[in-house]
Amino acid sequence: MSTWERFLDTFFKPAMIAQYWPDILKGALVTVEIAAAVVLTGLVVGLALASLRAYRILPVNALIVAFVDVFRALPPLVAILLVYFGLPSVGINLPSFVVLWVVLSLVLAAFAEEIFWAGITSTPKGQWEAARSTGLTFSTTLAHVVLPQAIRLGVPPLTNRTIAITKNTALGTVIGVGEILNEATTLQSFTGNATPLMMGAIAYIALFVPVVALGRWIETRFAWRRA
Amino acid sequence: MELILQQFFNLEILQKVTPLLLRGLATTAYLCALVIPLGLAGGLAVALLSLSRWRAVVWTGVVLVDLFRAAPPLVLLILIYSGLPFAGITLSPTVAVCLAFFLNTSSYYGEIYRAGMDSVGRGQWEAARSTGLGAAATIVYVVLPQAVRNVLPDLVSNTIEVVKLTSIASVVSFPELLYSADMARSLTFNSTPVVLAAAIYVVVLWPLVRLVSRLERRVAAH
Repeated sequence: MSTWERFLDTFFKPAMIAQYWPDILKGALVTVEIAAAVVLTGLVVGLALASLRAYRILPVNALIVAFVDVFRALPPLVAILLVYFGLPSVGINLPSFVVLWVVLSLVLAAFAEEIFWAGITSTPKGQWEAARSTGLTFSTTLAHVVLPQAIRLGVPPLTNRTIAITKNTALGTVIGVGEILNEATTLQSFTGNATPLMMGAIAYIALFVPVVALGRWIETRFAWRRA
Repeated sequence: MELILQQFFNLEILQKVTPLLLRGLATTAYLCALVIPLGLAGGLAVALLSLSRWRAVVWTGVVLVDLFRAAPPLVLLILIYSGLPFAGITLSPTVAVCLAFFLNTSSYYGEIYRAGMDSVGRGQWEAARSTGLGAAATIVYVVLPQAVRNVLPDLVSNTIEVVKLTSIASVVSFPELLYSADMARSLTFNSTPVVLAAAIYVVVLWPLVRLVSRLERRVAAH
């Protein structure tokens, strides 16, 4: 066998690709589902926290800032292991995909809150005053005048952060969530061949290259130059 | 309440595992000292590709960056650590971690440098070149200092991400902070060591997180 053939046989064995692509696809579905759930939950919670912070209730804001700072400083894998192995010992048993979903959502919420908050504070005071003097309440001003601008300002920085955090779904493999990486490593040790691992890597790249390219586009499209 | 204290804040266990975790912290610091300079240097190299006159070189840079930004770092790490041995290349955990981090973090740092260099006005290049500076001298003495200043918050923020990311080295048994904590957890059947590890990460990184917030506000104010 030539070196090239051996290389193909180790990393791209056709028989194995044919046999195992449904498993990788199954993993890809799990990855997409969890990623979608995380993006939705994380962004909504982040926006809610940033809005709540706009009311400037001191103890509430202190809690929000503490939450945000902790989740910006804590590696997600540490939080995942802590929740997954810690909670059962106090009688709370969560399925591994729930743990992954909750932890990654909290991480994204922390970053999103910070970005939306930056958008809210950068809205000129005059806009608040103008809106309030036309008779809008504080909440209506926030919802209809300030947030639309804050959200738009937040799109470019949020896009990259969101992509990075959805890629963290791969961390779920450590606690046995059946996503792509988990399927791939299981098959790899089962077959003693690196082909499933390669398939997994390709699945990730196929899934995320369009997202990264989209992110690049959104970044330039929404780059809002303030005069 | 008693149970929570017992399981998450057990003082006896805390005392026993602290030396182990501090050793883990030292290993994490050592790993950071390897991967951060590697990533910063690799990122600069990738960013310089985007300045090339040849389209092929520019596009090679874009493809490399997007490819390694699309692959989750843990996937890269496992591919390198458990995939390469099948091709007869066995790397130690340290080398595997460094290689995976180099590929991943170079792409992120590269994008940041590129954004920084884009933010330096065309006129700066032209002025520097017309005073007789060569292309290399222009980049080193005129463009990069301004570029780095403009994207400093992003550079620091990405560095925090890299430090946090070193925790995935635990998956390939590299004895850093999280690995030590997880070891201690499985030996003691108690989550206190992981709580301690989490606390150490937060204590070490919190000042940096605050610094990023301040830098961001300062750059935004310009």
